[in-house]
Amino acid sequence: MTPFVWWSSRADRYSWWLALFAVMASLAVFAPARAKEAAPLAADEAVEKRLVAIASELRCLVCQNESLAGSHAELANDLRREIRTMIGQGRSDREILDFMVSRYGDFVLYRPPLKLTTILLWFGPVVLLLGGLAALVAYLRRRNRQVVAAPLSLEEQGEAERLLNMEGEQQ
Amino acid sequence: MNRFLWPLVGFVALVILLAVGLGLNPRDVPSPLVGKPAPVFTLARVDAPEKSFSPQEMRGKVWLLNVWASWCVSCRQEHPVLVEMAKNPAITLIGLNYKEVSGDGAIDADKLGEEGERRLALQRANAWLREHGNPYALSALDLNGRVGIDYGVYGVPETYVIDKSGLIRMKHTGPITPDVFSGKILPLIAELNK
Repeated sequence: MTPFVWWSSRADRYSWWLALFAVMASLAVFAPARAKEAAPLAADEAVEKRLVAIASELRCLVCQNESLAGSHAELANDLRREIRTMIGQGRSDREILDFMVSRYGDFVLYRPPLKLTTILLWFGPVVLLLGGLAALVAYLRRRNRQVVAAPLSLEEQGEAERLLNMEGEQQ
Repeated sequence: MNRFLWPLVGFVALVILLAVGLGLNPRDVPSPLVGKPAPVFTLARVDAPEKSFSPQEMRGKVWLLNVWASWCVSCRQEHPVLVEMAKNPAITLIGLNYKEVSGDGAIDADKLGEEGERRLALQRANAWLREHGNPYALSALDLNGRVGIDYGVYGVPETYVIDKSGLIRMKHTGPITPDVFSGKILPLIAELNK
């Protein structure tokens, strides 16, 4: 009697491959469908390209970690439609971004403007890095000063030489 | 002693920073509209669709604009508070019915056509108000959510406090709780009515 091992059975191995195939096939089928959902193909490709470029700069307020270009939220759909309309009206990118900011605030911008309230956001990481470096340098310097040369006493010197010589003899 | 003091101070500062940061509500995005004039619109009324409503009619009054929809679960939670609120004579509550049909994921609004969507929206909104009580002086019908975009609506329910000159003085995102009402909205209205 052979012990049961899941890959030993021929039928099992077959069904495993079948499952793998099914997964791959479903991925292949659904992937393009999902891609289309995010950005419906419109007649004008240039408009769509601009739409995606602008929408990628904007945060979706419903799912806050997604851009407006990638979000499936209902509001994102509406706002993309709004942007498309504004592109059709010949508005500039700046005007479209201003339209969003005037309604939802700076929070919609993935690149927030440099303001008094956003200084920490912009320069905080640099300040932390510099602070960390300064602390490191200060610490290393202080440690260097604290390490005092500790010369061996005569007795220790003799012991050390004895040990070293002993090793040499053995080789 | 000093060796451990600074790391400890840093650690405590970090804990405070994280405690405050994690306690904040990420949904609470400050609205740039506070202090600005309430965006203008003209929309049909839910109770009488042949009539229209426009915020200019409210000049000289302090009023609240509450964005709601029958599919909105948090609105259901908020609704009893609104009904209670409306009993206060100082409160004038106007509803903005937001995407009644197109916002409901269960319905494909495109298939209905414009007129069909409008009819279904009116029917649903009025039925909802009949069932849960109507705290609104009137509600305006924002079928496609276009007015909602002008008000920066991103999560229903939302409530705006608008003063006598038509400026937005406060925005509350999410359901109004009795605490928010008595602690924030009521004092503000009292002040604006002075």
